[in-house]
Amino acid sequence: MSSRAQILARVKENQPTLTNLPADLTGMVQYPDPVAMFGSVLDGIGGMMYRVKDYEELISLVKTQFAGLERIISTIPELEELTEKDWQDLPPHSYEDVDVAIIKAHFGVAENAALWVTESLMGQRVIPFICQQLVIVVHKKDILSNMQEAYQQISNAHYGFGTFIAGPSKTADIEQSLVLGAHGPKNMTVFVLA
Amino acid sequence: MIKGNKDHAALADIFNQDEARVDWHDETLWFVRAKRDKAANTLSEWEALRENAAQIKDNVLSNLHDYLSEFESNAQKNGLIVHWAADAAAHNQIVLSILKAKEISKMVKSKSMLTEECHLNEYLHQNGVEVIDTDLGERIVQLAEEPPSHIVLPCIHKKKEEIGELFHEHLGTPKGASDPKLLTAAARIHLREKFLTRRAAITGVNFAIAETGEFVVCTNEGNADMGAHLSEVHIACMGIEKIIPKRANLSVFLRLLARSATGQPITTYSSHFRTPRKGQEMHLILVDNGRTQQLGRADFRNSLKCIRCGACMNTCPVYRRSGGHSYHTAIAGPIGAILAPNLNMKQYADLPFASTLCGSCTNVCPVKINIHEQLYKWRQVIVKEGYADPKKTMAMKAMEFTLSHPSVYRNAGKTGRWLMKNMPFLVNNKLNAWYTQRDMPAVPQQSFSEWYKKNNNE
Repeated sequence: MSSRAQILARVKENQPTLTNLPADLTGMVQYPDPVAMFGSVLDGIGGMMYRVKDYEELISLVKTQFAGLERIISTIPELEELTEKDWQDLPPHSYEDVDVAIIKAHFGVAENAALWVTESLMGQRVIPFICQQLVIVVHKKDILSNMQEAYQQISNAHYGFGTFIAGPSKTADIEQSLVLGAHGPKNMTVFVLA
Repeated sequence: MIKGNKDHAALADIFNQDEARVDWHDETLWFVRAKRDKAANTLSEWEALRENAAQIKDNVLSNLHDYLSEFESNAQKNGLIVHWAADAAAHNQIVLSILKAKEISKMVKSKSMLTEECHLNEYLHQNGVEVIDTDLGERIVQLAEEPPSHIVLPCIHKKKEEIGELFHEHLGTPKGASDPKLLTAAARIHLREKFLTRRAAITGVNFAIAETGEFVVCTNEGNADMGAHLSEVHIACMGIEKIIPKRANLSVFLRLLARSATGQPITTYSSHFRTPRKGQEMHLILVDNGRTQQLGRADFRNSLKCIRCGACMNTCPVYRRSGGHSYHTAIAGPIGAILAPNLNMKQYADLPFASTLCGSCTNVCPVKINIHEQLYKWRQVIVKEGYADPKKTMAMKAMEFTLSHPSVYRNAGKTGRWLMKNMPFLVNNKLNAWYTQRDMPAVPQQSFSEWYKKNNNE
């Protein structure tokens, strides 16, 4: 008998009587101002949030905040003037020296400051992890209160890879001292578009 | 206990020789536990989430056969190569054969307690494959040639000065440097080079979704993603109990996991892998290694609900004061003590006794595993099967005799009180572990029943 057949047979033999899945939970936390909550949670996990009224304001903020940095890439057409051209089809290792990556999120979640990003918004899967600094743009109307709403939003969407990102890469493995920038981005900026 | 190995009590004695370090270890873990409480208290639905998670896991265990088949078929549709491993040896052989087929002899690995359980690193090393652990804490213990002492905080037992010394020796940081920022920056440079040059990456799996065939990996450092997205071959290893039915169930588990583990609202990255990247090979290994046996043990199958948050360790008064290594198994602490005897009852017979049965583990468990009750039940099984420490068995037999004979009980009490008062050295000596680090209590003049008899008549 193959390992597969053997394991499945043993599972069938040993699993208890069927119990039902519970009903979906209701009455999950709602915030009167999800954007404010999102900003305060993000601050607590080492990120920064700015509210901007349009791309024009966003571009000028990026210019001042990341002045002097050489390699800026983005998947957002509106930011073309700031960024490297035709970068998307290189081998993933070649993004090792990207200073700033600017990508969009489908939505953000106020309770944990996580942003949902799928492959199509990243350019390449490695981008939000390998860059030195990460910038994510999200629309104000797309900040949800909780994770239940988040998965209702994702629903049965098809993606090859998707991830929730909440703040910069971090570790506290050395005596519980928090250090930002373990392997991935050393900081994270979120622009909330009005 | 296997002959020649030390049991939990003996290993805890070694840890306890440095009292200042024990206090520090205790306080550090309690600090993490306090953060967990704070995070849990921000959500009024916390208890509802725990109950919901426990019920989802009940359903998973009761329908595991169908969920596994559903998951496999969906994962295959997504382009994954699915393997089944009956035990640790089979798992390790599968990993090696995948690497050999690609002529790969160096790889990176992110945190996976399953691969610790299977002793994959040692096996690959013996077969000429170099494995670099990329989680910072795991890399530190790897350099120190030690196993992790905690499933979430692998080097929680190490002081920054010791880590500085290791990094000085292996990564060339300045002698005496121990600033966590500096050490982390050095590790970042060291490990980036590995990510960029290794062709294969192993990751663990936090959740695998039957409905979609995708799997989710949670990290704070981003090391699983760095490894996976830069590799030609991604191998994900999971125990068969990691299945959940639907994608939407993640809304419950992702809210519980990081809050229970470290008090964070969510891990920095919760990555959902569904298909391989273009040009990449993605393998998934489903491992049994004793899990189907545990599923058949009605009293202990609840342990398979575990989502590996480590909350039971952080809160455990015994774990905090004895250290993870005293459990001599890959998964330490209360949950480890109910998982390990399933794999080898004789070797881990001591672990269910390494508990005060205070129940704090059960109270913080995000999926409501009745951990302390299972510890208590394991004790009974272990004594019955004849694996208990002989000293303990003898003491229990004497106790049973005394308690079932009232006259013996009364005399024993009287004799005990007289001895403690007049010949304290007979009980307070090295042979009686109860008195190590304890002072003698004042000896009462009479027993309660003597007092009651006297006072009730007046």
